[in-house]
Amino acid sequence: MTEFSFIQDIVLPPLLEGTIATIKLAGSYIPAALIIGILVALGRVYGNKFIFSLCTGYVFFFRGTPLLVQLFILYTGLPYLGIFLSPFKAALIGFSLCSGAYQSEYIRGAIQSIKIGQMMAAEALGMSRVQAILYIILPQALRRAIPACSNEIIYSIKGSSLAMMITYVELTGAGKIIATRYFNYTQVFLIIAVIYLLIITVVTKLLNSLEKRTKIPGLEIRK
Amino acid sequence: MVMKTKKRRDVKKMLKDKDIILKAEDIYKNYGRLEVLKGISFEVKRGETKVVIGPSGTGKSTLLRCINQLTSPDKGRVWLDGVEITDPRVDINKIRSSIGMVFQDFNLFAHLTALDNVRIGLTKVKGMEKQKATELAMQELQRVGLGDKVSSYPAQLSGGQQQRVSIARALVMNPKLILFDEPTSALDPELIGEVLEVMINLAKEGMTMLVVSHEMGFARSVANEVIFMEHGVIVEEGLPQQLFTKPKYKRTGEFLHKIIELYGESGERK
Amino acid sequence: MMKDLIMIYQVLPYLLKGSVVTIGLIAGALGLGFVIGILMAVEQIYGSKPISKIASLYIWFFRGVPILVLLFLFYFGLFSLINLNLSAFTAGVLVLGLRSAAYQSQIFRGSIQSLGSGQMQAARSIGMSRFKAIWYIILPQALRISIPGWSNEYATILKDSAVTYAIGVVEILTRASFIATKNFKTMPVYLTCAVIFIILTYGGAKLLHLLEKRVRIHGYED
Repeated sequence: MTEFSFIQDIVLPPLLEGTIATIKLAGSYIPAALIIGILVALGRVYGNKFIFSLCTGYVFFFRGTPLLVQLFILYTGLPYLGIFLSPFKAALIGFSLCSGAYQSEYIRGAIQSIKIGQMMAAEALGMSRVQAILYIILPQALRRAIPACSNEIIYSIKGSSLAMMITYVELTGAGKIIATRYFNYTQVFLIIAVIYLLIITVVTKLLNSLEKRTKIPGLEIRK
Repeated sequence: MVMKTKKRRDVKKMLKDKDIILKAEDIYKNYGRLEVLKGISFEVKRGETKVVIGPSGTGKSTLLRCINQLTSPDKGRVWLDGVEITDPRVDINKIRSSIGMVFQDFNLFAHLTALDNVRIGLTKVKGMEKQKATELAMQELQRVGLGDKVSSYPAQLSGGQQQRVSIARALVMNPKLILFDEPTSALDPELIGEVLEVMINLAKEGMTMLVVSHEMGFARSVANEVIFMEHGVIVEEGLPQQLFTKPKYKRTGEFLHKIIELYGESGERK
Repeated sequence: MMKDLIMIYQVLPYLLKGSVVTIGLIAGALGLGFVIGILMAVEQIYGSKPISKIASLYIWFFRGVPILVLLFLFYFGLFSLINLNLSAFTAGVLVLGLRSAAYQSQIFRGSIQSLGSGQMQAARSIGMSRFKAIWYIILPQALRISIPGWSNEYATILKDSAVTYAIGVVEILTRASFIATKNFKTMPVYLTCAVIFIILTYGGAKLLHLLEKRVRIHGYED
């Protein structure tokens, strides 16, 4: 019975704090990554040569390197150039940029899967490029991208655990602190594993219901 | 003295020109090394229905797209109601909103209901307020016989219904002319009739139409003039009766003969 | 700037030695994941209900828990619990492999299912046992279809290998951090490290693409 109270009093509270820190972090970078993803995807599909190269270079770098390396560059590398970021800021920027690169690929794929006739019809009506993209292309493309983007959101939530490596104390970081003090790695990290599984199950359910609610008959049908 | 006569001549020309809604002069278009349009010139008068016929791949669709500048011609000029729209200084979006286009693949906006499809041109391009736009959109949908399908999505409509919605979408913008790019070629035979019926009514009501089509019956009964195009040039143009019975060029006759062989005298529709 | 370039030139061999460990991690993990992954895919499709249920549970667990947590759980937790004294490298291969198995089983399951039931039926109809049918008919086709998904997995494991830094595996990132803590030239060192990873990522993808081309069955388009 003391085992239980141990878990309740000593182990769980810091883990709960850590979970909140994780949610704070993820809640910030997930929307940021989506916005970056949309902008970069648009840049690669509709942008001029300069914008296209910029966006492609960005995706090339952030998909070709490990997230951990990117975090190190932001947290310990930038100080070499005189830029000092807090652990939270560095993590936020790192996760946003990294996940954003992947999101942009999925969104780009969705945009390119929209039949070219849609843009033609929009322009034939007299819409400008911007209007056509905003009112015709994106509403369809984003719906098509939901499954892949949801996948990436889940993936990035798991990635948030790496924030502890640059000293931002989220769930995994909190766990390490307790486990090193009380030597109960198995216990602590099993609990942490369960918490992550719970978070992911909930988020998956939310995203699935989002997909259902935005469904439009005929939109999933490919050419 | 000379100036006065010139002015009078210009005024006369202007009055006559007021009848010409569309004028295309010397249109050339290449795709890489492929010459698709080789010097196309023609005019469409107000209220006229002109039908363009010809073998596939001879640039008929490209010609239509060169008119509303969805594709830029390499050479040549186009005037819409006296305004030169190939002039780079012109606001092409404004011009496009006064030219309607109906596509072979319908190209209805898949994420919008029929009503939204028809309405969006008014609200987003013409900046009309929602109430008025809805009224006008409903009117047009009723005009094409789809008043009861306003909340349906394109995927829930048959091909013929989709094409009629796309005609309504073009009509609601109050265009000076409507371009039809093989409007019935992608439809099942039973559905062609309902679309042709809408088009015939439009022609009767005085809409200026430039139609690319294989529907010989439509051309024969409704067109004011028929243009036969092949290999990027206009081979012959004239009254439908004349082209169909006594074509000037052998090629015209050959083509028409083949089409009627394949499609039958498909004009006599109910 | 010049000084940084000279420094990079000097530490490059040391960093590149780390790529041997990285490649070892990847190879081990992909291999382990491959074997277990195929087994699980076959079990999920052709196995009995309880076994396929266990497979699904395994996949759910190893796909849902972050790699860092898995590493800590196994290396510091479970392995010491059962007194298993594995090197960090072996532990890394094991954990990455077990996790990759979960993802690879899904790739193979998708490929096998895309073949349709006709292939299995045809094989059984000429008298092949289930095992033979899977070995000679199903897998050769499914594996070829899986190569694109597999190159994805290669890229994923390559990037996950850097996380083994956290349990002390001396791979590329770890070596980079050793250098950086000593000479404080963090940015150039980590950028170089990033470049090495980029070469491994895109170079490996190119190689796998060539492999896909070579084993392609002509005319086989789904």
